[in-house]
Amino acid sequence: MSFKNTFINGAEGLFKPDSLTQMQKIVLRFVVIGLVFYGFAVIEGMLMRIIEVKPVPFVSTNQFFAILTAHPLVGIFGSTYALVFGAFLFLTPYLMKKPLYSVRLANWALILLASGTFIFWFAGFISHYAPLYTLYWPLPADFTQFSVWGGTFFILGIAILMVGTLLFIINIFKTIVYTPEGWEKQNAAALMGSAIGYTGLKNMFAKKENKKEHLVPLPVAAIARGTVDMVLNTTIILFTGVLILVYMVGNILGYDLKETAIDALLYKNWFWWGLDLIADGLVLIFVAGTWYLLAVMITGKKLFMQNIARAALLLELVVSWTVWSHHLLSDQAQPAILKVVSGELVTAFELITQGLAFFIVLATLWSARPLKMTNPLKFLLGGLLGFALAVPAGIMQADVGLNRILHNTQWIVGPHVHVAILVGLTMTLYAAVYILFPIVTNGAKLYSQKLANIHFWFHLIGGIGMGAFMGMAGLNGMLRRTLYLEGEFKSYMLLAALSGSLLLIAFLVFFYNIVMSVGLKGVIGIFTKSKLETKELLPE
Amino acid sequence: MVDSSLVLWGQTIAYTFYCLVIILLMAWFGYKITRTGKSNIVKPALFYTFVGFLTVLGVSLHLITYNTIPWTPVDLNRGDYTPDKTFEITVGDHEFTLPSDKLVIDCNELVLFDVTSNDLTYGFGVFRQDNSMVFQMQVVPGHRNDILWEFEKPGLYTIRSTEYSGPRGIFMILKDAVEVLPCEGL
Repeated sequence: MSFKNTFINGAEGLFKPDSLTQMQKIVLRFVVIGLVFYGFAVIEGMLMRIIEVKPVPFVSTNQFFAILTAHPLVGIFGSTYALVFGAFLFLTPYLMKKPLYSVRLANWALILLASGTFIFWFAGFISHYAPLYTLYWPLPADFTQFSVWGGTFFILGIAILMVGTLLFIINIFKTIVYTPEGWEKQNAAALMGSAIGYTGLKNMFAKKENKKEHLVPLPVAAIARGTVDMVLNTTIILFTGVLILVYMVGNILGYDLKETAIDALLYKNWFWWGLDLIADGLVLIFVAGTWYLLAVMITGKKLFMQNIARAALLLELVVSWTVWSHHLLSDQAQPAILKVVSGELVTAFELITQGLAFFIVLATLWSARPLKMTNPLKFLLGGLLGFALAVPAGIMQADVGLNRILHNTQWIVGPHVHVAILVGLTMTLYAAVYILFPIVTNGAKLYSQKLANIHFWFHLIGGIGMGAFMGMAGLNGMLRRTLYLEGEFKSYMLLAALSGSLLLIAFLVFFYNIVMSVGLKGVIGIFTKSKLETKELLPE
Repeated sequence: MVDSSLVLWGQTIAYTFYCLVIILLMAWFGYKITRTGKSNIVKPALFYTFVGFLTVLGVSLHLITYNTIPWTPVDLNRGDYTPDKTFEITVGDHEFTLPSDKLVIDCNELVLFDVTSNDLTYGFGVFRQDNSMVFQMQVVPGHRNDILWEFEKPGLYTIRSTEYSGPRGIFMILKDAVEVLPCEGL
């Protein structure tokens, strides 16, 4: 096939959008939106990497911090949430062997996620609203530095996104517990109990003959438990947004509300409790669940120690509720007991829960030797390596002594945050994309395996390299969330930027490979109405 | 007190070594799972040993740092110590206000930095001439933010805000604002 023909019709013309069910189309729409926002995040990330080497005249300091504010939010909510929503809205009914509860809710979740992300990104881009995602009180309500209107639209965008998240949550839980039309009535309470881990917990104390079977597969249990954290963090982010909006609306109406009415330390505890339900909660739980699913799909074998894996997911859920204080180890007014128990000891449990998931996946893969090094397998190994590097880095900084010299340095955001997200999380998601691609496209062929290999190596080396050079800068005293105008850490930042450029190239190569696989007509076809009048996931 | 640069050096060595080991291990694993081997069975005992190892590692890290990093017990039990000197510093409108132009500290003095914010959340960090960090803490409005420190080496140190407080925060730098005097006879 000619280049033009492939570009228009996809590799070998195998992708036929008309053959897709509405569920397949929804999944692919989430993937497209997720990749577009990943593109936003990676391009803006690259821009910031360049500015850390040498400020550029077309980006002002205020614009830089507006980008820094939007960047993690676009990456997590616009991209990762979109990919996760798409995958789980497909996998939950797929594994439960019944249709999704509501296709309409899934579509609305996508619309609100995409529009909410674009609104807050655009508001920040135009107005330079830049209190950073940390939103330390009273900075988000500091209207001497930021535009109140820009802030209002920024927070509204986040709120819209959170409403979309709530729709996703409802859809997931309803899909687990509802009885499809014409089916024998299912026990909703028992299904929910199994999903969130109550049944497993009861089994631990029950006699052998009284133990109940698990009604939901392990990956669905992971999805459900991660979604419990999502309920809590969505509520917190929405509440925090409303609180900030009260101050903004007050300012617009001419009332100067007293900022000291909110206690800055209490706010910080509240905020980090909610945010860690994402960073140390649903991300780790969803990732573990995805690893388990991938290991089972790749090997065709049962998961090693799967009862322990279930228990660990529940433990991780509880850990995620009590772990937030490691963000406040440098806050001197934070009680020492919280620093030691929540900040150090509970956080150390993440080494155990993630380490355990890591071992279980490796043992499952080992049991199926020899395996072919497919794209899903190599990206899964990359994802495992990412967390194996990033979790210990996080445990080290969650130490009262070491935090005194690591907090807010590039160490935190390099070897820990970016390696966890870019190498650990994103490579796991890429593994899921590669394994689901033929299923959700009804057998479309990947355009080029060579490009997939380039995608893998550039992403892996770029992600680890960028984290490593940022980490070296951090150990030498370079702070995060600031700019060095005299080129103090230029050499490290130059190397980090070069590594970042590998990440950008990897993304462009992947994007090109996917577009050439499905073709331009295919991309457009994903967004048209499905011609198949079925609630089933796959065509019959 | 042990200088914080020594602690950072130790951490760099330990983490770099770990990274190399885990990368090599994953590369070896990736190679081996594509080959046939003698046994594909992983014994549960190995799994439980690994979990036990992680538990010991997670807890022992904090016990080791508590007993080897001198500022950790001092920090957690600040009320039990009497500082030789106290500097009361205020921050507001993106500016530090020091009690004097230069904070002069004698050799081996245990000093308390007591920093108050009048508006936003800031950071308070002390840095060496090569920009490496000696220590830092958060400065939260409406709360006491104090840290006890004993400097290991004489010299001039820079104060810098270590927390984002809006774009104006990047200029919150007081170069050579702290002077630690050498011990007599050295």
